[in-house]
Amino acid sequence: MIAFILQRLLQSVAVLFAVGLIAFSMFRFAGDPVNQIVGVDTPYAERVAIRQSLGLDDSVIVQFGRYAGNVVRGEFGTSYQFRQPVAALLAERMPATLELALCATLFALTVGIFMGVYCALKRDTVLAKVFLAISLIGISLPTFLIGILLIFLFSVTLGWLPSFGRGDTVRLGWWTTGFLTASGLRALILPSVTLGLFQMTLIMRLVRAEMLEVLRTDYIRFARARGLTTRTIHFGHALKNTLVPVITIAGLQLGSVIAFSIITETVFQWPGMGLLFVQAVQNVDIPIMAAYLLLVAAIFVTINLVVDVLYTIVDPRLRLSTGGRA
Amino acid sequence: MTEPVLSVRNLRVAFANRRGTLTAIDDVSFDIARGEILGVVGESGAGKSVTGSAVIGLIDPPGGIVGGEVRLQGERIDTLSPEAMRRIRGRRIGMIFQDPLTSLNPLYRVGRQLIETIRTHTDLSEKAARGRAIDLLAEVGIPAPERRIDGYPHEFSGGMRQRVVIALALAAEPELIIADEPTTALDVSVQAQIIALLKRLGTERGTAVMLVTHDMGVIAEAADRVAVMYSGRIAEIGPVRDVVTNPLHPYAKGLMGAIPTLAQETDRLAQIPGSMPRLSAIPKGCAFHPRCPSAFTRCVVERPNPIAVGAHQVACHLYDRSEASAA
Amino acid sequence: MSVLVHGPVPTRSALARFRDSDLFASFKRSKLAMAAFAVTLLLFTLALLAPLISPQNPYDPAQLELINSNLPPLWNADGQSPFVLGTDDQGRDVLSAVFYGLRLSLLVGILGVVVSGLIGIGLGLIAGYFGGFVDTLIMRVADVQLTFPAILIALVVDGVAKAALGGQMDTTASIWLIVASIGLSFWVQYARTVRSSVMVEKNKDYVQAGRLIGLSSPVILVRHVLPNVLGPVFVIATINLALAIITEATLSFLGTGLPDSMPSLGTLIRTGNRFLFSGEWWIVAFPGLALAGLVLAINLLGDWLRDALNPKLQ
Repeated sequence: MIAFILQRLLQSVAVLFAVGLIAFSMFRFAGDPVNQIVGVDTPYAERVAIRQSLGLDDSVIVQFGRYAGNVVRGEFGTSYQFRQPVAALLAERMPATLELALCATLFALTVGIFMGVYCALKRDTVLAKVFLAISLIGISLPTFLIGILLIFLFSVTLGWLPSFGRGDTVRLGWWTTGFLTASGLRALILPSVTLGLFQMTLIMRLVRAEMLEVLRTDYIRFARARGLTTRTIHFGHALKNTLVPVITIAGLQLGSVIAFSIITETVFQWPGMGLLFVQAVQNVDIPIMAAYLLLVAAIFVTINLVVDVLYTIVDPRLRLSTGGRA
Repeated sequence: MTEPVLSVRNLRVAFANRRGTLTAIDDVSFDIARGEILGVVGESGAGKSVTGSAVIGLIDPPGGIVGGEVRLQGERIDTLSPEAMRRIRGRRIGMIFQDPLTSLNPLYRVGRQLIETIRTHTDLSEKAARGRAIDLLAEVGIPAPERRIDGYPHEFSGGMRQRVVIALALAAEPELIIADEPTTALDVSVQAQIIALLKRLGTERGTAVMLVTHDMGVIAEAADRVAVMYSGRIAEIGPVRDVVTNPLHPYAKGLMGAIPTLAQETDRLAQIPGSMPRLSAIPKGCAFHPRCPSAFTRCVVERPNPIAVGAHQVACHLYDRSEASAA
Repeated sequence: MSVLVHGPVPTRSALARFRDSDLFASFKRSKLAMAAFAVTLLLFTLALLAPLISPQNPYDPAQLELINSNLPPLWNADGQSPFVLGTDDQGRDVLSAVFYGLRLSLLVGILGVVVSGLIGIGLGLIAGYFGGFVDTLIMRVADVQLTFPAILIALVVDGVAKAALGGQMDTTASIWLIVASIGLSFWVQYARTVRSSVMVEKNKDYVQAGRLIGLSSPVILVRHVLPNVLGPVFVIATINLALAIITEATLSFLGTGLPDSMPSLGTLIRTGNRFLFSGEWWIVAFPGLALAGLVLAINLLGDWLRDALNPKLQ
């Protein structure tokens, strides 16, 4: 087990190193960093001086080493657009994105599992077919279109929910939260549904397929032969066995949720990291792009690692280092 | 004579599919007395397992019981509501499946599966149920049960798992146990132990056992009486010693001729030419007639009904003396 | 000898074989697949014929009259002929814009699929055929890339390219940039599939025979191995066409895709989105509907194709 985690840890470091290399290359080679700092009329001598002060004349390996060192200390450089440290900008935007991702994941999990279980247990009902049709649409339509549709329905036509922003937030230390105000909570609803819909359909289809599979197994038949109640069988035995693979996928999807929030944040003008990133791409703000890439990579890698460990905890068969199935 | 534990009369089970209905079990009748082990043999697809499932009410749609009746201690159970039938399952009829490796939920501890079964059918507290679970594990021969109870199924060997499965089937002290190929997936040495365990149930607790298997060796060793099934019907039923030493039905003769004496692993049914018809193509008359060495005209047109010959019941026109010379 | 080296030789016309195939039979059975095919065909035709059937050329500023701006669809009391689906704030005919947008979205989508397919098939062939270090390198890169959603990669490629090019780009360049972003985001699946097929194929007799008669590696790869891995590639391409169209639309919607002067469906939705609150819903609704219909139809077709050809995928 420890060997397994160590191996995963090494893989994670390798991935981060690769992404770091890409981020560094962007930083260093996509456009001349000096041009981003100075004006058009800066004299050549001054440019050379800046070049030297930035250490751009050192060998590439030295520069990468310095870059990696900075990144580890949380220094991602200065944004071209905002003239502020990137780390501070990201930290300011992070709570908005994480709260949105959390709500979207909770929505996707609860509704996805419910719909998936329903579709598996009541396979031939009309409602199950409606759920399946919804899932097809959710999987096919682009996220931004769904967001616009929701805005049109619930903001423009019905006027129930806000169409942009976080509403009122409360500051807790450096963290700002929308959970503590009514307007903050209302503002979370549409973006969370938009962001979570794709994962929801994914989870629903997965739960349905897994559950149908599990219901055909011998131990479910044996559980019925033991006279256990249908409720115990469906929501104890079958659901638990269904959720093992679902946890993995859902966990891995959490990273995508954070990455996909780029689109949702743009649709809803949600002041998170994704919106910052899109603005950075539009304005060619390389330091923010590089930092965001690294951050998302770190989040992905961490989630993968946590999911792997969780998986071994949930499934007792994997707990033995041999992993031996008799 | 006391009431049999299980009494099945003229049972018919059919499955609906796109082309119509297929009759899997046709006009099957038998009794099992207290403490008795009835062996049910036949080739795969003969309807042995379906019979067991029908008795315990686990035939899933599109299948269902379409005729006859099933009585447990004289009480009719095939017409009960699903909820009432659920209460009988595990409580009064226990079931053991073929593959102990897949019969247990891999994510639940053995103890949890035992305790939930016990508490579903009794009023015992969690703690009392746990004590009873340990007793059960000890009774089926699992060493150090107070420690093993907290193990997961994958930590048990195949034979030990089948013991756990039997303990689960026994959890609420049922009157009847349906064992569907309980030894097929096990090693030969373990088979003998499991059979000994089933026999002990009959003698010590008076549990009736319906032992479904395709293995005549197991039947000969364990059963008191045996029913030979072919194409969803009972070809012959009688005391095991009689049927084994003096089979009457041509199919049973072929089957007994195929019992290996020393080696367990030979192709037992190779001596009967041809193969059992599919459910969709059961021939008119006696289902066995295309393969029967002694078939005559009547077998092709008329279906034989069970006839009492000594202690046997045999469904074969060869033994119908009513027309020629009254016995 | 060459007969031996080739795979099965086609004797009848491709059409006749298709008509007798299981694929065609399963197609006729699935009403949904047929409906999806009809919708796809319709939208492809509209896109192809856009310059002929559109009342207006939406890319030609000379044809736009501000006096016609923000007109509602024709069935509305204020609607004006010939603007069947109304006009946007520039006086651009929404119907024409949708036709031309479809054309552009499909063009970029198909080009994106072709580019990603070429990259993926090329790398997959090389990785599978040569194995060893090359294989490890390509597959590790694929692994790392698979960790990230395609849209993120497309955005990064887009942003980096803009930085490198200094932000001065004409419309054609921005189309190719999007195509390249999509190509670089979606090659992994092809590479993996082709690689695993190649690893199976390369030990078969006809490839060994090709080696024996002294054919060079590229010839064997392209002429003999490639045709045998095209089935699964075709399925991936169909499903990826929908993804590529979505990616283009998303990039354009995020404002990093095609410019407003040459709008794709995504650009139309982005610009139309601004008018949602002022009541001009038609500016966003019809491009949205066209995009949804296109993507849904292609997806359904892809799903059906995958199920029908099932064995090699999943």
